[in-house]
Amino acid sequence: MSAIRFLARSSLRRTQPALRPNNTVQIGRRHVSFYNSDVAGLTEEQAEFRNAVTEFAQKEVAPRAAEIDKTNNFPSDLWEKMGDMGLLGITVSPEYGGLSLGYFNHTLAMEELSRASGSVALSYGAHSNLCVNQIHRWGTDDQKKKYLPDLISGKKVGSLAMSEPGSGSDVVSMKLRADKVDGGYRLNGNKFWITNGPTASTLVVYAKTEPEKGSKGITAFIIEKGFPGFSTHQKLDKFGMRGSDTCELVFEDCFVPEENVLGPLNKGAGVLMSGLDLERLVLSGGPLGLMQAAFDYAVEYVHDRKQFGVPVGTFQLMQGKIADMYTKMNAARSYVYAVARACDDGKVSRRDCAGVILYSSDRAVEVALEAMQCLGGNGYINGTIFLYILARSTKVPFSDYPVNRILRDSRLYTVGAGTQEIRRMLIGREFNEEFKGRS
Amino acid sequence: MRPTASRLLNILVPVKRTIDYAVKIRVNPDQKGVDLNVKHSMNPFDEIAVEEAVRLREKLKDAVKSIKVVTVGPPKAAETLRTALAMGADSGIHVEIPDSAPAPEPLGVAKALRAVIEKESGGVDLVILGKQAIDDDQGQTGQMLAGLLDWPQATFASKVVVDAGKKEANVTREIDGGLQEVKAKLPLIITTDLRCVSLRSLSVQWLILNSLHHSLNEPRYASLPNIMKAKKKPIQKLTPADLGIDLTPRIETIKVSEPAKRVGGGKVESVDELIAKLKEAGITAVKA
Repeated sequence: MSAIRFLARSSLRRTQPALRPNNTVQIGRRHVSFYNSDVAGLTEEQAEFRNAVTEFAQKEVAPRAAEIDKTNNFPSDLWEKMGDMGLLGITVSPEYGGLSLGYFNHTLAMEELSRASGSVALSYGAHSNLCVNQIHRWGTDDQKKKYLPDLISGKKVGSLAMSEPGSGSDVVSMKLRADKVDGGYRLNGNKFWITNGPTASTLVVYAKTEPEKGSKGITAFIIEKGFPGFSTHQKLDKFGMRGSDTCELVFEDCFVPEENVLGPLNKGAGVLMSGLDLERLVLSGGPLGLMQAAFDYAVEYVHDRKQFGVPVGTFQLMQGKIADMYTKMNAARSYVYAVARACDDGKVSRRDCAGVILYSSDRAVEVALEAMQCLGGNGYINGTIFLYILARSTKVPFSDYPVNRILRDSRLYTVGAGTQEIRRMLIGREFNEEFKGRS
Repeated sequence: MRPTASRLLNILVPVKRTIDYAVKIRVNPDQKGVDLNVKHSMNPFDEIAVEEAVRLREKLKDAVKSIKVVTVGPPKAAETLRTALAMGADSGIHVEIPDSAPAPEPLGVAKALRAVIEKESGGVDLVILGKQAIDDDQGQTGQMLAGLLDWPQATFASKVVVDAGKKEANVTREIDGGLQEVKAKLPLIITTDLRCVSLRSLSVQWLILNSLHHSLNEPRYASLPNIMKAKKKPIQKLTPADLGIDLTPRIETIKVSEPAKRVGGGKVESVDELIAKLKEAGITAVKA
């Protein structure tokens, strides 16, 4: 039915003639992606998995990305949809509702969701990897039975908290105290920059059970939203990743029962660090998806936009940008995929888990910046209030030039889940260790 | 051929693998066809048919004994069957033709479907299929199949109500004048339509854009767990020879060309100029 094909590809341009000149990339249509599956080297099953996630992300998430960014509101209704889709427990055993797939698949899902919306994907990563995967890796059978099904069905949102106002990169210096009391622990202190903090019902929280022992006195706990003495402060207004809610957690004599200790007592640093390797890997899907979104948009735009009578994409300066963006994106993807495959083979390399997120994050910021430049003046526009109001009143999905949102979102990965500086230190230190005593 | 002893329904849903509806079609340089090296997915009308079959089971519960999907196509058409299985069909039949073979025509497909139906030991009570495929827009297969089998047909359905006990169905069709409801005895062929959309609202284009999802039903996603389960569902492979049919096209494609490029319009300064331009273009007022 040619009419369907036409309409699927046609824009709303006729309803907004003044706002949407012919040279803008059309909204409301599914964009062709220049993801190269042959080069990506996906197996048939991985390609099928990716297709299913793409379908979901492009239909359910992408049309809402601009509005989520604008309003800074977490789309909680998406969580059950993701649960139904089977996205929330990719690495978890089917016993608790998961798919029992590997980190490669999880990274693919993270990438495809990020291509649709950076912020939804960030909350997804915090939920499905940081919280769910940690509980699955370290929880007792009772803990898993109690918490995982609701997290994996999307009935509840999960979160993980390690940073504090005074402990970012130096995470081991955390001050949150957990004092032993009868039947459990009493927590006092704060956690800061906590993704999903305002929305989460189940949180993995690290605290000092023996503060004087430093890194050997940390223990992980599972906190429920309703625990007396636990509260959250107002959510933060962020530069990007808007709609992925972030806030401070406050513990005031918060009692946590004994059975909510996650993993071995005082060995929380091990729980934390081993989780961080996989977290860095899975979150690397974020920069990949953002880069793909920025690239797909920009490459289409420069072939649509005409100056001097020809598409600007045929000018050498633009060709240069497109070539560099494409190459950076694919180089980053190859590295991420290679490390993900190794992790699924049981070979988790700390320096490479840090390496993939270090490399892909920097490339994502560069690609997003270049994409913005490709859009010229349009790349600098945040959006028009008129379009937003029109969208609200007509229920047309609100959409705008997305590249500046992608740029803002991509910046998160250079500081979130560890700073670039810490990642570099970590990789350098790994080599220092290896050469220790040789000279 | 219909089982009379059993009161359980066997539903057959023919599906076709087509170029994805969002893909921009490029005509090959030889002008004999289009570039097929692009994303493919299930024909959207067939997706609605699969969804309807699954919903019938959800409504009629055990009265629906089986939902079988069938496709006639190249090896990769198996992916389309897998999608349908992940949406809730029980098993599939793949009438496989080589990649190099020309695309079969509606009559060939209808004959293949007849042969499949005749081979089904449990019989088929209901065939639900898209009213057309979005690649060649033929819109004939359902009707031809009804003709070949001498079964009733309810085409362009927007609502389907099946009474399993009485073995009959009420089907609402959206026609120019409004809604037409027809009643037919099973076995029956139903072809599925997209539902009409009111053309009055400002957001009309968006609505049409999304009309695939405001149709007879909104096709469900194949969820990841269901995709994994679908891998274990059986797909029977057949060749046209197994069915004793010949899929050689009877029509020769002479030329495929892109639609004429739209020529950009111009601005006029006044009504008089507009009328002059219209007259120039040979457009005149209709005399009452």
